[in-house]
Amino acid sequence: MDETELRKMSTGHIFGAFAVVLSVCVPVLSVDGFSFLGTHLSWLCICSLCVILVNILLLLLLKPNASSKKTSLSNKLSKLTKSCIYFVISCFLFHGIIVLYGAPLVESVAETFLFAVLLSSFTTSRCLCLLGPNFSAWVRVFSKDGALSVWDHSLQITTVCSVVGAWLGAFPIPLDWDRPWQVWPISCSLGATLGYVAGLLIAPLWIYCNRKRLTYKSR
Amino acid sequence: MKVSSSVLASCCLLIQVFGAMLFIRGFFPLPVRSQSRKSTSAETPPEPATAGLLSNWTKLPSPLFKKVVVLLIDALRQDFVYGPKGKKHMPYLTQLVEKGTTHSFIAKAAAPTVTMPRIKALMTGSIPGFIDVVMNLNSHELLDDNVIWQGKQAGKRIVFYGDDTWIKLFPKHFAEYDGTTSFFVSDYTEVDNNVTRHLDDILKRNDWDMLILHYLGLDHIGHLTGPHSHLVGPKLLEMDTVLKKISVALMSQEEDISVPSLIVLCGDHGMSETGSHGGSSEEEVQTPLVLISSAFEEKGGISKLPEIIQQTDIAPTLAISLGLPIPQNSLGILVPQTVEHKSMREQLRFLHLNGHQLCMLLRQNLEAYEKDAGVEQFKKAEKSHGNWIKLYLEGNASETLTNLGKKVLKQYLEALKNLSSSLGKQIAEYDIYSMSIGAVISLEILFLLLLSIPNALSSRAEFDIPLSSPLFSLLFYMMCLVLSAIHVIVCTSSEKVCFFCSISWVLALGIMMFISALSCIVLSTLSKMLAKSQYPNKKQDSIFSGWSELDLLLLIGTLGHVISMGASSFIEEEHQTWYFLTNTLCLALAQEMCRKYFLVKKSNFLDSAEGEDSKNESLYMDKIYDTHKKELKEQTLPLLSQFAKQHEKWIALSSPWAILIICRLLRTLNQTGIQWIHRPDFGHWLTSSEHKPELSFLVAVCLVMIFILIQGRCSFVSKVALAFGLLGIYCYRAAIGHVLYPWQNNSNGLSKGITEARFVYIFVLGILFTGTKDLLKSQVIYTDPQTKSLGLWEVYSGFILLAALLYRPHNLVVLVFCLLMQTTLSMFIWNLLKHDAAQITIMHYWFGQAFFFFQGNSNTISTVDISAGFVGMENYVELPAIFLTMFITYSGPLLWAIHLLWYLSSETHRVSTTVAHGCYCYAAIRSIPVTVYILVVTAFRYHLFIWSVFSPKLLYEAIHLLISAGVCVMFTAVDKNQISKSEN
Repeated sequence: MDETELRKMSTGHIFGAFAVVLSVCVPVLSVDGFSFLGTHLSWLCICSLCVILVNILLLLLLKPNASSKKTSLSNKLSKLTKSCIYFVISCFLFHGIIVLYGAPLVESVAETFLFAVLLSSFTTSRCLCLLGPNFSAWVRVFSKDGALSVWDHSLQITTVCSVVGAWLGAFPIPLDWDRPWQVWPISCSLGATLGYVAGLLIAPLWIYCNRKRLTYKSR
Repeated sequence: MKVSSSVLASCCLLIQVFGAMLFIRGFFPLPVRSQSRKSTSAETPPEPATAGLLSNWTKLPSPLFKKVVVLLIDALRQDFVYGPKGKKHMPYLTQLVEKGTTHSFIAKAAAPTVTMPRIKALMTGSIPGFIDVVMNLNSHELLDDNVIWQGKQAGKRIVFYGDDTWIKLFPKHFAEYDGTTSFFVSDYTEVDNNVTRHLDDILKRNDWDMLILHYLGLDHIGHLTGPHSHLVGPKLLEMDTVLKKISVALMSQEEDISVPSLIVLCGDHGMSETGSHGGSSEEEVQTPLVLISSAFEEKGGISKLPEIIQQTDIAPTLAISLGLPIPQNSLGILVPQTVEHKSMREQLRFLHLNGHQLCMLLRQNLEAYEKDAGVEQFKKAEKSHGNWIKLYLEGNASETLTNLGKKVLKQYLEALKNLSSSLGKQIAEYDIYSMSIGAVISLEILFLLLLSIPNALSSRAEFDIPLSSPLFSLLFYMMCLVLSAIHVIVCTSSEKVCFFCSISWVLALGIMMFISALSCIVLSTLSKMLAKSQYPNKKQDSIFSGWSELDLLLLIGTLGHVISMGASSFIEEEHQTWYFLTNTLCLALAQEMCRKYFLVKKSNFLDSAEGEDSKNESLYMDKIYDTHKKELKEQTLPLLSQFAKQHEKWIALSSPWAILIICRLLRTLNQTGIQWIHRPDFGHWLTSSEHKPELSFLVAVCLVMIFILIQGRCSFVSKVALAFGLLGIYCYRAAIGHVLYPWQNNSNGLSKGITEARFVYIFVLGILFTGTKDLLKSQVIYTDPQTKSLGLWEVYSGFILLAALLYRPHNLVVLVFCLLMQTTLSMFIWNLLKHDAAQITIMHYWFGQAFFFFQGNSNTISTVDISAGFVGMENYVELPAIFLTMFITYSGPLLWAIHLLWYLSSETHRVSTTVAHGCYCYAAIRSIPVTVYILVVTAFRYHLFIWSVFSPKLLYEAIHLLISAGVCVMFTAVDKNQISKSEN
């Protein structure tokens, strides 16, 4: 159990959660006519951008997978383009899944797609930052007992939390309360965001509590 | 006593059916009615009078109108008359309403908004119980006091033309009648012409007092194409012409006679945005009521908004208008505008009569009747009425008399309102005792089922019911005594009608003993379990560790659905819950599939032990797959199997996604629920008359697909029968005008398709018969699993054929997709992922529920497809109609359950207890929602939506439980064989 890794990760997570909170607060205070419910689409853009930026910053600053060998510039570039392609694919995949879940196919495409972008920035962007565009590593991390480091565990927890949050967020939609937040996709994106933040906060705590049980093998 | 778990499961479900029936009997209250059946004019109360002065007016007042015409237009919505549509298409009526001598109202109908209860409400003034919906088709004579009966007693000649429900309700009441049948929904011109053709003749004649016309065309248009169809306008115009004809004819006659006549234009119920009715949305409940008579004062062109009244108010108004006694069970208030033109004395007299009738009814239904606010007000008003009479008889004619009269009038109206509302409350009285007995029985069954899960799902699939110890325990006898004491106390003390008290005491005692025995069994099972669990205490933490994500999802989904039944919106939109859950299930399967294929390859990531494990796994999988391939070779074309072999991985990986896409497509086929039902859906597009060629093509493709998907596992004989049956289905649909033959351009010469439908029925019965024969053979003579699986598959395909015949034409797509999904799931998913029987059962149940809603059902009564009950019948025959309607409504869950049975018993590599496990799980998963729902309904019995949302769902749940009990018995029958075989 590496205490420093855990500490690094906790600070990273707190920054991530902070970014989400900022994405809600700053535009409300600085931009006229911005509200979480009223201009939900622009909030979706801002929030996903913030989360992606923070993830990239954390990747550069904390270097969670520092053990990888030095790579050439072209290698890095190809990795970057690959990551971008992966991200776009994941956006479309999420969009497809959301439509399969019953979101309208033609109406409110923008809402659905931006929600998909938000979900991929919560899940895929973190995976890309921590694991790189390496599909087999992803499969490993997201299978039972596949986590090999603190980062893998945090990744598991935040991803599952945000997806489950979005899943639970769909439940209030059929209720006949006629509230503004029941409109598609506000309740779902709210659920996903809350789930993501909760995941960020829970992950270090959970790992800390279970540190005795978790013994990672060296890579 | 040792019982196999399948026997236990079916017994439990059967007992639970009994419990649910008892609960429902107590839950649906009987309508408020008085003891004496029919009121006579001899009981008419005299005018109230103060001491010393007796009024000489003790008889019923004479009729207000010479002739009354009731023009009842089925499904006439409020805005068809008062809205823009009415202004455009009903010019004569609009002109009358705006300028003429009319009074217009919006009459609110009570749920359920179905024709027969509404006719009863119109004529008796009472609100028929909800259970009347179920009896809607089986209408028989109305025995309650009603306007028609009163009219007949008073020697009035009543003439009726229209919906033959009336003739069934009032046989021998009409002097002349001609009924039209409402079962052929596609006909909307002939039904109305059959009514109108009598008009000219009857209007010329003078030998009738009351004329009732019931036009069905508008309702049929609504069912066919909805309220915004282009057919509605011409129909309204036709109705307007009819009204004009009547009005003009009566007006010309009035010149000879001094007494005016009255025309009542009303609707029995409204129409929802989709064109159906039965629920209690605003559109279905609000109907127009226009009273037209030359006696009314002409309005000066000021159009007020129509006042809202109750539909039950029409009955006393009609009675008063015709000079008849008000029906005894009426809850209605006389519409005061009808008598406005009469003298004050008469007006007060009418209101007094109405109030007296309501008071009598309340006295018979409420114990603390003297304390009721309405009664007190009425007594007060009666007193001041007496004073007024005194003044009047003394010859006082000053303005004070008029003012006093007005005051009395107001008092009366207020008293009437209060009386009517406290009577309305009486209707919602529940028979709590029967309800609680039913609830206790089903709760105990649920506990028993849940507690015996560990034993019943063990490898022996047996459950040891502790019979001897509880039966000889003190607790059992104590409970028996206590319960009998309660029974005696409840039944002797309560005045209310109680079903459970009315059954014979031997039966009641038996039930009491049964309840106490059950509770003792549950308790002793529980204590045994507790005693066992004390030793291995450490096991407790690791309950969830052995569970996969799929198990968790199945558990959470089941619990979540049960919890969601506490909210009325979730009941209205239950389909969303199931779609959501099945989608998530498919995604979980996709993830499991991904893991299986990708992790096996990436074993270098895992340590050696796990690698070995996965190798074993893959070996095992190969083994399964080998057997599976063998099956494939036998059953499908070799080319196809080769293809499947080569691309096995990719087909398996993509199959959950294929299922997801199918689910999404089916979701757009039929919009159900309440909130989103207005959205355009594919089903309406297909059934609209412009798209007949497309529909015909689709139906043909679907029938061919059904043949391809089913025939593989059938014997040769049933293959041929199936082919003929499917061909017959196309002929049937062409005959009734759903589809066209390729050589046909437009449908003409429609028939009821009786010959074609019966042709198909023969093949259905034939296939079912061969299937049963094979099953029996496998049970008695050989112990060959092949024959059994063949027999089950034939039974299954017989049901598919029947469903294909009965479904609405566009729903054949649902059937095809159902078959496709079942094939994919059984070939590529369950075989490869090695799910156990419990998981497969729950998945089947979920998909069955989703298909219940995919075929267009919802939790309101209005979506039940009654027309299925008339396929191949000349006229309504009760038993087959009920059976067919029930089958078609629950075909989704039923087909999945039978598929489950076939799948579990045909899997050769599975252990012999699979079917027992499946049966047990099926019983448990059905029992949980029913029991919880019974508790929810009991808790919410005073909820605002209890009649519109919760009660229909209760009926749906109860019938579903009945069908599941049948399915479980079938499981048990098949399982018996398996167990005896394994013993051999």
